[in-house]
Amino acid sequence: MNYANSKYRQVPYDLVRELTLATAGVGVAVLVLAAVFSTPDVPALSAKQVVQQDPLLLIQTELNDLSGQSAIATYGPPYNHGTQSVQAIGSFSPQAWSGVQIPVDPAYTDVIRPLERMKWIDPAISGILATWTQASESQQTTWVANVQRVLPHATVQGGKLILPAAAHGSYGPVVAITNDYLALANSGLLEAAIDGEQGSSPIVNRTKSLLLLQGAADSTYAQKLNMLGENWGVIKETGNYPGAVWLWYYTLLYQIPPYNSSSAADLLVVLTVIIVTGILMLVPFIPGLRSIPRLVGVYKLIWRRHYRELRAGGNPYETRE
Amino acid sequence: MTHTNWTRSLRNWIERTVPMEHLLPDTMPSYVDSYVYLFGVLTLAAFVWIIISGVILVIFGPDWWHVSAIGHFFNSTHFWSVQAFFFFMVLHLWAQFLMAAWRGGRHWTWIAGWMLFLLSILAGFTGYLSQTNFDSQWVGVQGKDAMNSVGVGGFFNLLNFGQMYGLHVFLLPMLILFLIGAHLFLVRKHGVVEPLPLDDGYGKKNRQRTAPPVPEGESHP
Repeated sequence: MNYANSKYRQVPYDLVRELTLATAGVGVAVLVLAAVFSTPDVPALSAKQVVQQDPLLLIQTELNDLSGQSAIATYGPPYNHGTQSVQAIGSFSPQAWSGVQIPVDPAYTDVIRPLERMKWIDPAISGILATWTQASESQQTTWVANVQRVLPHATVQGGKLILPAAAHGSYGPVVAITNDYLALANSGLLEAAIDGEQGSSPIVNRTKSLLLLQGAADSTYAQKLNMLGENWGVIKETGNYPGAVWLWYYTLLYQIPPYNSSSAADLLVVLTVIIVTGILMLVPFIPGLRSIPRLVGVYKLIWRRHYRELRAGGNPYETRE
Repeated sequence: MTHTNWTRSLRNWIERTVPMEHLLPDTMPSYVDSYVYLFGVLTLAAFVWIIISGVILVIFGPDWWHVSAIGHFFNSTHFWSVQAFFFFMVLHLWAQFLMAAWRGGRHWTWIAGWMLFLLSILAGFTGYLSQTNFDSQWVGVQGKDAMNSVGVGGFFNLLNFGQMYGLHVFLLPMLILFLIGAHLFLVRKHGVVEPLPLDDGYGKKNRQRTAPPVPEGESHP
């Protein structure tokens, strides 16, 4: 039997005992850590929270969606045919090639459609939405632009948007739509109205409602929790907890040139990580790289007793017949 | 006409490749004499606790830990087991690198270890996305751009809780278990890696010794 290990002098060992003791030891450690340090659990940000704490932020989001100016409306694949968030290195763009796989038209998906579902509760909504959908696109854009222009001077009182007198043309049905939207958000049912297109089955796919708040609303909340990119937020949990710290190498790249100034940062970072990981995985076959351990020499420390025995003239190899 | 008995062939192959005394050894070569050899088994121990706490969380459902103190405790156990798991796995990885443990035909053990590391990262990531709280919301909306940029966001949709949860509680743990099995099988098949030859020749040139250590990049015949 040509078993490498049996060429060496053997010392007693108990694999099962070692595994059992290790499991017990780690078990005690994690139970103590869990009991002492617990885990953070900050509730997800909801539209209800946004409308109660910063209603104008939700209104801005809604208006950007209605006028097709929001980050998701102009995003591109996999949500729509926009180009704003499509990353490419030259003509290499897997994102563009992947096509629209999760169709999202924020004006309809995140604003009009959820309000349409409310017409059973408030029939007046139907008339308001009809005015909107029957208008031309340029008319819709003008209405929204007129509201956006005076929005810095607007207030929200009693759940209603209060605008200055219409000095800049008509607002059309936009104020009425906005007020209904605020009411729907206040009810806490907005997300369910967005995601629950398939009827009453449990909503396990929250993509569309999560995309509604993914911009300014989430960022504002994340900033309060110290979780933005510049705080290395993606690898850390809310509060002072270690998060996915093993991703430090991935998140580090976002902080350094050329990645931090590239419009295709994600694509560049992911490709870099794939290439570097591939190299590390194939180290055994790469001359030079595979010699690093010998040059570093930590192995001399790990096997110091073995080498000491060799130098002393001992024989760690088994004498074979 | 006689034909090969597949069952007997498999049994013979297993007995030949990893005889029981290699699979469950009660002795080790004398050079296995350092704390670095514990990192692998400690990683495995942490994995056991991840599975135990994870199974308890699965039994009661993904929103249990938000409403129950006991649920929160098991979520914390799960979280700290994951931290321990990665802590020991990274130490294990560094130790194996510094020992050039891929020598002697052990390159597949090294590659399987790396695949385990990558799958574990994916498992941890889908776990973060399965928390149903602001962490998962933020990680999802931030991470989606990276997935979309490489063209997989439509299929691997970080904002689809059902998909992430299913991958996290079933498929990824199964793949990790399978790869752990393969990794340990390879470790036992080849045995513990031999010490590197010393620069001054000790361990390489020897008197009547029978087993010169294997330099990096060389395989056993």
